[in-house]
Amino acid sequence: MGAREDILQRIKEANTGIEVRAVQRDYRRGPLTTTAGELPDLVTLLEERLVDYRATVVRCRPDGLASAVERLVAAASPVLRAPGVPHEWCPAAEPDHEGLAAQDLDAYAAVLTAATVACAETGTIALDASPDQGRRAITLIPDLHVCIVRADQVVASVPEMLSRLEGDRPITFISGPSATSDIELDRVEGVHGPRTLCVVLVETDEGDR
Amino acid sequence: MSTFLGMPAIHAPRGVGGLRGDESFPKAAKAALGDTQLRANIGRATRTIREKRAAVVEEVPDWEELRLAGQQVKAATMARLDDHLRTLEEAVTRRGGVVHWARDANEANAIIADLILATGETEVVKVKSMVTQEIGLNEALEAQGITATETDLAELIVQLGHDKPSHILVPAIHRNRAEVREIFLREMPGVPPDLTDDPRQLAMAARAHLRQKFLTAKVAVSGANFAVADSGTLLVVESEGNGRMCLTLPETLITVMGIEKVVPTWQDLEVFLQLLPRSSTGERMNPYTSAWTGVTPGDGPQAFHLVLLDNGRTATLGDHVGREVLHCIKCSACMNVCPVYERTGGHAYGSVYPGPIGAVLTPQLTGIEDNSSLPFASSLCGACFDACPVRIDIPSLLVHLRERHTEEQAKEHRLPTPEAAALSLVGWVMQSPRRFRMAETALRMARPFARSGRFRSLPFPLSAWTTSRDAPAPPPETFREWWERTRDQ
Ligand code: SF4
Repeated sequence: MGAREDILQRIKEANTGIEVRAVQRDYRRGPLTTTAGELPDLVTLLEERLVDYRATVVRCRPDGLASAVERLVAAASPVLRAPGVPHEWCPAAEPDHEGLAAQDLDAYAAVLTAATVACAETGTIALDASPDQGRRAITLIPDLHVCIVRADQVVASVPEMLSRLEGDRPITFISGPSATSDIELDRVEGVHGPRTLCVVLVETDEGDR
Repeated sequence: MSTFLGMPAIHAPRGVGGLRGDESFPKAAKAALGDTQLRANIGRATRTIREKRAAVVEEVPDWEELRLAGQQVKAATMARLDDHLRTLEEAVTRRGGVVHWARDANEANAIIADLILATGETEVVKVKSMVTQEIGLNEALEAQGITATETDLAELIVQLGHDKPSHILVPAIHRNRAEVREIFLREMPGVPPDLTDDPRQLAMAARAHLRQKFLTAKVAVSGANFAVADSGTLLVVESEGNGRMCLTLPETLITVMGIEKVVPTWQDLEVFLQLLPRSSTGERMNPYTSAWTGVTPGDGPQAFHLVLLDNGRTATLGDHVGREVLHCIKCSACMNVCPVYERTGGHAYGSVYPGPIGAVLTPQLTGIEDNSSLPFASSLCGACFDACPVRIDIPSLLVHLRERHTEEQAKEHRLPTPEAAALSLVGWVMQSPRRFRMAETALRMARPFARSGRFRSLPFPLSAWTTSRDAPAPPPETFREWWERTRDQ
């Protein structure tokens, strides 16, 4: 018998007499409420969490986006952007293309992308490789990642975040910049990924939410 | 308790991998207890993580509901594990990945070595993974002329220090910054000679050391924290970004995972992605989690292999009580709360899986008689159960495995180990009120031999107990005697 059939057969025998019981999902799956029963301001909560991870957070109106980005990348050059990121967000940035190998990406000081969804409670941003987020390597190699998140992309909880994602896309969940605590549990930011994460939170017309 | 299997159980084979130590737990623990530096490092580290964990768990109002769901998802998954693995295989294959099956460590190592050699490469980068340590992959690859570089900072410290990991989450927990600096100066080519022991400087030295490797590596090997059966998605949860480097930059990615890591649906992740980071690093979420499915044109490795490993897991599944260890998500919370681990450190367990979970998982993977002292390496205080995000009842499992060990000994007419002898003696005594009374009398007669209320050494088989601790002397009056004397008053 091959290893596959062997293992599957052993599992079957081991499970003789074992029933599948239903799973109770009594944990919170919908939007968060505070103790007073009202919705917290999710954008502010996300900002607090990200700052707690030592990310830089900037808030702006849609018409202030380009100047906010410009300030953040002022000291970094050259700047790369995901191919679907609008030129107007950062005229100085060059669009990514397949011809760029990992070593070429290493020459860029900063990268600019959008996001798919962000979870306020945990301070997490999810990128799913859509055109305005790009392939995974571009948010990994340059030292500064500037990520644009719209207020209407912010959800409260992990279940809500996951329900907005499709499992079969390449997804990167980012919660603050790269960090290690391996030496005497002292937190050091930026071991291998971008050492700096800047998040631009863009308010949408309905206000924060 | 143990289920009859039509086929003989496959355990993790001897002579390969990191599940068997050179000496038994009591011996190794005794040496570790003499090392005050080690105890201080570990005590400080576990206390810090414990406090962080408690604070972020406190924040979550539905923590208990999440734990319950985690336990139930795992139990339901195990009950139909064969179906979920078939679904996973089909989904991964549909997305351009290749699935391999390995009965044990030797088979897995051979598959991985062959896959690497077929690319023409002899160097690979690795993401920290418990399962590759379990199967002794690095050593097996070395024997084939392949060099595997660990890229997690702590694993790198362990690898450069020619050392063994001592904790699941922070493998170099037993090293302090001065030791790390020495290791880097000695073993890392091109490291600045004025390197200080500041953790930031040390981390930056590792960054510089590994950068070129990441940018040029053609093959990477990883483990996986979860695999979603219905979409074929694999997930790696990490902090440093070395995982992302390995998972996205090379041309070929080989992922090896224990068959128990599968979850049925994408939705199930909503439970585990909440439970894992808070339990392990005490963070609301770890900095990076990568999810990928097979091969994505133009993004990441264009060749993907998934190796599904048994190595004692189906044998474990065959024990309808002991199988609960397969629910473990390797968060390490139980280690950080365990008073025994805190004093002995991870090396004493002789297995890559230390602490409370190691004490119940390791003997089941290897077959109980190969690690028979481990189920006794616990005080049964119950702290591990309270900390466990998927509610694994480790104390009950310890007791269950102790019984199994005693039974195996009896079956083979072997002289029981001291621990087993002591326990079966207690069982025998407690079976009859007369024996119990006699034992009480015997104990009281022994009182004059105790010094300051403690026995330093007891006669065999109880001597096994007193070689590593004193036993309290019995009280002058037993509860039974006190009851008889006072109940009529
Ligand atoms: S047994 Fe529970 S607490 Fe221990 S490592 Fe596994 S999941 Fe974590």
